[in-house]
Amino acid sequence: MEVEFRLPSLGADMESATLTEWLRKPGERVRRGEPLATVETTKGLIDIESYDDAKVLEQLVKPGSKVPVGTVLARLEIEGASHAPPAPQPAAVQPVSPPSAPARTVAAAQERPAPHARISPAARRRALELGLSLEDLARRAAGDIVHVDEVEKLAVEKTPAAPTDAAGAMRAAIGAAMARAKREIPHYYLAHRLDFGPVRAWLAAHNASLAVKDRLIDAVLITKAVALAAARIEGFNGYFRNDRFEPSSAVHVGAAIALRGGGLVAPALLEADRKDLATLMQDFSALVKRVRAGHLRSVEFTAATITVTSLGADGVDVMYPIVNPPQVAIVSAGAVRDRAWVGDGRLLIRPVLTLGLAADHRVTDGRTGARFLRAIAELLAHPEAL
Amino acid sequence: MRIAYRDAVREAIRDALKADPRVFLMGEDVGRYGGSYAVSKGLLEEFGPQRIRDTPLSESAFVGAGIGAALGGLRPIVEIMTVNFSLLALDQIVNNAATLSHMSGGQLSVPLVIRLATGAGRQLGAQHSHSLEGWYAHIPGLRIAVPATLDDARRMLAAALASPDPVLLFEHLYLYNMEGELTPGLERVDLEHAAIRRAGRDVTLITYGWSLYKCLAAAATLAQEGIDAEVLDLRALRPLDDAAIMASVRRTRRAVIVDEGWRSGSLSAEVATRIVEQAFYDLDAPVARVCTAEVPVPYAKHLEAAALPSPETIAAAVRNLLTSGAGG
Repeated sequence: MEVEFRLPSLGADMESATLTEWLRKPGERVRRGEPLATVETTKGLIDIESYDDAKVLEQLVKPGSKVPVGTVLARLEIEGASHAPPAPQPAAVQPVSPPSAPARTVAAAQERPAPHARISPAARRRALELGLSLEDLARRAAGDIVHVDEVEKLAVEKTPAAPTDAAGAMRAAIGAAMARAKREIPHYYLAHRLDFGPVRAWLAAHNASLAVKDRLIDAVLITKAVALAAARIEGFNGYFRNDRFEPSSAVHVGAAIALRGGGLVAPALLEADRKDLATLMQDFSALVKRVRAGHLRSVEFTAATITVTSLGADGVDVMYPIVNPPQVAIVSAGAVRDRAWVGDGRLLIRPVLTLGLAADHRVTDGRTGARFLRAIAELLAHPEAL
Repeated sequence: MRIAYRDAVREAIRDALKADPRVFLMGEDVGRYGGSYAVSKGLLEEFGPQRIRDTPLSESAFVGAGIGAALGGLRPIVEIMTVNFSLLALDQIVNNAATLSHMSGGQLSVPLVIRLATGAGRQLGAQHSHSLEGWYAHIPGLRIAVPATLDDARRMLAAALASPDPVLLFEHLYLYNMEGELTPGLERVDLEHAAIRRAGRDVTLITYGWSLYKCLAAAATLAQEGIDAEVLDLRALRPLDDAAIMASVRRTRRAVIVDEGWRSGSLSAEVATRIVEQAFYDLDAPVARVCTAEVPVPYAKHLEAAALPSPETIAAAVRNLLTSGAGG
């Protein structure tokens, strides 16, 4: 699989950089995270790293050349075993978890500011007051001069998408639901650490042969595992209504998705336990796209019987979530990080995932919750069977 | 009652002569001839040669005499026929009138008023047509005021005579024939504040003197195109009313300075710089200027007209600022 290695934006004000040195020759290999080239920016010399384990195929820019952000510096051949699959479609990278750092850098590089952005002093100040980014303005202006009027127009355009009012309304809705949960649901909390190595290894092998858009991500496997466990162990899938638990035969997993303007929604992946991973991935991508575009179907809003929330690569080790009523359980996934891990009587370095569970004590208790979490862990230990 | 600008100035002088026995008028042809622009016509007959004094053709001598009279306790009004000729008295004005209060530690003051005709537009040739008030605005110790309206022509002189410092009043020669109504009930004006002569939202035209009317005409044209221009009459060139300038520019975010002086090293340059210094982050466009072409003002009518700011060139500068955003 061939990819382009682009000059990333190393700061909002960076427009270009001078390539000073190639640290790998064509034909040489580079590991994900290792520096591939050195560039000189206004802030000094900076090593830029590869996002992938890869082989350098061709260098397209010579040392000494000054190039704009986003320029393709080299072509690389990706070799199967990258830890995180490189960002596929933007929509597919932005599920539940915020995009990983390299993915974001690539995105920033593609959205580089217009080279000759002329923004009037008053427009700059107004943009600052309105919280609009100068890059947005510059890109919008496409070479023309940006005045206060354009800034205010842009602010108005953006208002329907993520205005203070709508954001405030969403915050109020989240607050009301969570206050109800904390008031009515006697929560108990559990956490469980597991070796995520098998998932990563299986994913790397599985994804290596796939087109970018078909590649699977961690969140989909976790969602599938939670769905299967919820189908097998009673007490976590369904609603608590009219003073009693109503189990659901279908498993509709709500996927918590953060919105760019703030807030989050948790629309349902319908019948997640019965879908294969590829279908689930497609549904997931489509769902994220629709969430961001504001085209959710109403059934997706209300159908979830259990929720999965994931902090993603930028997150912390463990999250203690709050049950989304009238559901009775929510599973959280912390950030996967390399940790010391004892296995086979030896001390190993493994990618470790900590799952969290918050569940309704009116329906289950800690012992059942522990079985549920262990079942999920067991499923994730054999990703090939998911 | 309709009144001409020259009559308003004459009424102001007459009021001052009546109100204060220390006041007298002197200059070339102010007495028997009635003044080059007929401002002092009739005053000799009314007040006599003691107080309406014709002088020899020596600007240095009669301005110097005025300074001496002011130092001696009188309140002289000295008329210099045009600002071009005032250069012969530059030593008296800049080295004496402007400095004596400071050099004497405040023991001396020079309460002198000099009235000067300024500007072009009447085909008087380069040596009678220049606008050099910006030069005088450079000099600490002087106050520079420009009555552009009938009210200011009628009332500024009293404020100038009340000042303990030398005051130069610049009367644009094109305005002497302008007729209109005085504002009823307006008895006093000051020499400190700029005045908004037309309120607007889109751009501020900063000007003074005859150019005020060109700006108002340009604003009327622009209004038909949906451009709402504010017109600020500086009134005082020294000290400049920074607060009024910045307040207007902060509202409109765009400024065009219209000055009949040349642009190089000029009053318009000073105003532009102050705007950039004090209101940079309020600007939505570069500061633009419309000034007289950098030539001695031509005699030929069409060339003179082409050299001076006009409502058309002012309107064009505004359109340019609002459409391309580039400076004029």
